Amino acid sequence: MRKMKLVMVGNGMAGCRALEELLKHAPDLYEITVFGAEPHGNYNRILLSPVLAGEMTLPEIMLNDLDWYRDHGITLHAGKRVVAIDRHRRLVRSEDGIEVGYDRLLLATGSNPFILPVPGKDLPGVITYRDIADTEAMIEAAGMHRHAVVIGGGLLGLEAANGLKLRGMEVTVVHLMDWLMERQLDRNAADMLKASLEERGLRFLLQKQTAELVRGDSGRVCAVRFVDGETIPADLVVMAAGIRPNIDLARAAGLHCDRGIVVNDTMQTFDPRIYAVGECVQHRGVAYGLVAPLFEQARVCANHLAQFGIGRYVGSVISTKLKVTGIDLFSAGEFMGGEGTEEILLSDRQGGVYKKLVLKGDRLVGAVLYGDTVDGSWYFQLMRDTQNIGDLRDHLMFGQSFVSSHLGDAGHKGQTQAASMPDTAEVCGCNGVCKGTIVKAIKEKGLFTLDEVRKHTKASSSCGSCTGLVEQILASTVGGAYQPADSKNKAVCGCTDLSHDEVRRAIRERKLLSIPSVYAALAWRSPNGCATCRPAINYYLISTWPHEAEDDPQSRFINERAHANIQKDGTFSVVPRMWGGLTTPSDLRRIAEVAEKYRVPTVKVTGGQRLDLLGVRKEDLPSIWRDLGMPSGHAYGKSLRTVKTCVGDEHCRFGTQSSMQMGVTLERMLFGMWSPHKVKLAVSGCPRNCAEAGIKDVGVIGVDSGWEIYVAGNGGIKTEVAQFLCKVATREDVLEVTGAFLQLYREEAHYLDRTVHWVHRVGMEHVKKQIVDDAAQRKALYERLLYALQNYRDPWEERAQGQAAHEFIPIRVESHAVAGE
Amino acid sequence: MSQGDWVKVCGLEDIPVLGARVLKHDGADVAVFRTAVDRVFAIEDRCPHRGGPLSQGIVAGDRVTCPLHGWQIELGSGQACSPDEGCARRYEVKLEGDIVFVAL
Ligand code: SRM
Ligand SMILES: Cc1cc2nc3c(=O)[nH]c(=O)nc-3n(C[C@H](O)[C@H](O)[C@H](O)COP(=O)(O)OP(=O)(O)OC[C@H]3O[C@@H](n4cnc5c(N)ncnc54)[C@H](O)[C@@H]3O)c2cc1C
Ligand code: SF4
Ligand code: FES
Repeated sequence: MRKMKLVMVGNGMAGCRALEELLKHAPDLYEITVFGAEPHGNYNRILLSPVLAGEMTLPEIMLNDLDWYRDHGITLHAGKRVVAIDRHRRLVRSEDGIEVGYDRLLLATGSNPFILPVPGKDLPGVITYRDIADTEAMIEAAGMHRHAVVIGGGLLGLEAANGLKLRGMEVTVVHLMDWLMERQLDRNAADMLKASLEERGLRFLLQKQTAELVRGDSGRVCAVRFVDGETIPADLVVMAAGIRPNIDLARAAGLHCDRGIVVNDTMQTFDPRIYAVGECVQHRGVAYGLVAPLFEQARVCANHLAQFGIGRYVGSVISTKLKVTGIDLFSAGEFMGGEGTEEILLSDRQGGVYKKLVLKGDRLVGAVLYGDTVDGSWYFQLMRDTQNIGDLRDHLMFGQSFVSSHLGDAGHKGQTQAASMPDTAEVCGCNGVCKGTIVKAIKEKGLFTLDEVRKHTKASSSCGSCTGLVEQILASTVGGAYQPADSKNKAVCGCTDLSHDEVRRAIRERKLLSIPSVYAALAWRSPNGCATCRPAINYYLISTWPHEAEDDPQSRFINERAHANIQKDGTFSVVPRMWGGLTTPSDLRRIAEVAEKYRVPTVKVTGGQRLDLLGVRKEDLPSIWRDLGMPSGHAYGKSLRTVKTCVGDEHCRFGTQSSMQMGVTLERMLFGMWSPHKVKLAVSGCPRNCAEAGIKDVGVIGVDSGWEIYVAGNGGIKTEVAQFLCKVATREDVLEVTGAFLQLYREEAHYLDRTVHWVHRVGMEHVKKQIVDDAAQRKALYERLLYALQNYRDPWEERAQGQAAHEFIPIRVESHAVAGE
Repeated sequence: MSQGDWVKVCGLEDIPVLGARVLKHDGADVAVFRTAVDRVFAIEDRCPHRGGPLSQGIVAGDRVTCPLHGWQIELGSGQACSPDEGCARRYEVKLEGDIVFVAL
């Protein structure tokens, strides 16, 4: 079969990303030809700033070198500008007359710097800041000349000025407006930014309009004259006064253009054979100038070029970061406030910190942060998810870790400011990764997303508590190119573009009952999914269709397949259930006997009020379980773990309620409950709360008149204090409220969300509405839970009787049996 | 890769689809995998990262994900998938009818 022909015009960041995605999906569908006006492969344009500043070199910023095109069979015409598209004959023609036909055409021509229409704009020494050639010209000028003038005090202008200053020039930034970066910053933040750049030796002229660039005796520019008559010396003038989408080629070909090339949600232009992505396009009225949205466009475009026909680009919310080393600045959304908005402000000039949050009703709609940007990603997430922040409002300004716990994450000494950390500081305590390693990988490997950093450096890939720090490092290294993922609509994994919620909905609405049927119905990309999606889908199936859907052991993590916890040396641990932390002499005796009989190396009291036999050989598990004759503690499962109790009014002089009895009842009710993540409860007999109910998924505290119920606490990676849900009078109420809350969690949370993550996302209001305010809904949820838990059989007992024996028995081959054949 | 003697190991149906069995031979553990399309592979049951038992991992396509820290290992070659680097020793496998043989 003849391959279709795909031609791409413009060899930049957006276009090449689209090709990479396309090759991932459909490596053999097209014969690909690329025209690029620059004589290079594709490079990381945003790192031109560190190159100018002398922090990196050009070879380090290549993303796709010439070998990449060759290895993928792509014909690259580097250094060749396309001058015409003939839509009737379906071909493009380059400056030097090469003609190539296409079945599909992809325009990715980027944008052109805006050049002020003033006399002298074409003089030698006047340049723009867009590509490698410009950067080289600036570096060369810095070696020979003294005075630089940068016209434009936006992101690009300031990065150029900073770089030229570091290369030893005297730099003046000229800006038409009242303050710097007026499209990203309010006046206060901009003033602080200006002050700290002045400290580094930059000069600023604000509200200055350029009238003319003056020609010197040598023919080169020698000065800038302003409308007010003032003149300043200039051997180099950098125009950084904005960009314009590069639409000349498209317009000449008769494609509908406005400010940019107009595209629809599938990234097609007016001519459906012609796609366009990147800074050259205008989508729903917006032209973007940061790479994150362009990459999203590229992903959607590739999906359609690959003929998958799913995925729509619906626009992006973007945030901004300045890549000037040592300056922390973040801005997003409607940061200027205005009609119908309110502002929360924190301003500490001396300390160099300024924060403004803009609210509209119960939503966060904008933020500017200067000096301390640790919560930038979090605020951005709240904006993007349009989350109701009514509950958080009082504490919003103090940041995420305060809101959730008043305590920091564990494992990196509460460090929150990435910019001030030295390169040698440890960022990820699980994998021992320091800041310098992360920065180096981001730059050298061309990483843009958290996932990529996780893969390459392992930082943030284990417990995740350093994620905020890693995001900050990423943001300050690649600037606005890093946009935190949209947590609500994040795809389950690389096997699909569908989100957790979309997959769940399909399972419910189409009554899908097995993993293969889900994969077939939802057009999964890989036939058996991967280790990320399979356990998630398996959980969604069994929680949505209990007693009907197939539970697939091969899609469960080893712990849930072997019903024990795997250890670093491949042995397992055994934690028998001790209801409510209560035990008996005969149970203890049996545990002791088993430990001796099987030579269990370690016996330990766990943090969950029970005993752990550690270091057991897998083969011994079924017989140990048989000898113990005690039910599984599920210490290994995304399931009910423990219900911790205190002694309560049965013994304690302060006790008001029977906490042990309540704990045991709850634990027996919930035995065998699978859930998105593990679930832990605690019951205390009075507000002294010796069972630590304040950091549990459900915490119950006895008071004289009944029980208080707290939910969504967590004592793990990030300590989170549980929130008050309601107070009830009777034992039955406690069971119903607890059951209904956990069922709602089971039905709504994404796989691997603890209760706290889910409640953060949906809001406590939503939970209260279903569980506290709506009695019928509460009852229905509770009944669905009880139905799901019906007839649960203890997995240890089943295996002690021989179920899944193959899982535990190795195949032995003696070497003498091997000989000959 | 070593080419040893062919040893009869088990029937195909003794290995769960998308699963593995552990083969113990002279103290060495070999993981014998079966994929969704009944391809059978054998590699040393030691992850090149920190020695995790690969037989206990989740199998998808022709890959297994190590249960300890999530490295992915190519079953056909024993190679870790990029960006991780390392290799587990691989053993030749053949199927005669429904009987699995491994060259040990
Ligand atoms: C055995 C035990 C430690 C001990 O000796 O006390 C333990 C051991 C492990 N914990 Fe834990 N946790 C144990 C109590 C806790 C507690 C305290 C508690 O339950 O009261 C916490 C904090 C409370 C909480 O979860 O909210 C705790 C928070 C974690 C976390 C962080 C969870 C989080 O959402 O932040 C993990 C990681 C995870 O689950 O992803 C974890 C994961 C683990 C794993 C399963 C790691 C793993 O995936 O292999 C450990 C298994 C070790 C092994 O080799 O067997 N363990 N772990 C405790 C078992 C309690 C039990 O009887 O079931
Ligand atoms: C110095 C600098 C710093 C930046 N910093 C950041 C940052 O921190 N964060 C961020 O998100 N973004 C940043 N950006 C913006 C980011 O680089 C752009 O948004 C991105 O590169 C746009 O990608 P693109 O593919 O649309 O265009 P480009 O990458 O510009 O690629 C377009 C290519 O098409 C070529 N071309 C145009 N017309 C033709 C034709 N007719 N024939 C053949 N080839 C043609 C051009 O020569 C160019 O190589 C920065 C930009 C610069 C210049
Ligand atoms: S038992 Fe828990 S805290 Fe201890 S090392 Fe393991 S995961 Fe970490
Ligand atoms: S031992 Fe296999 S991933 Fe670490």
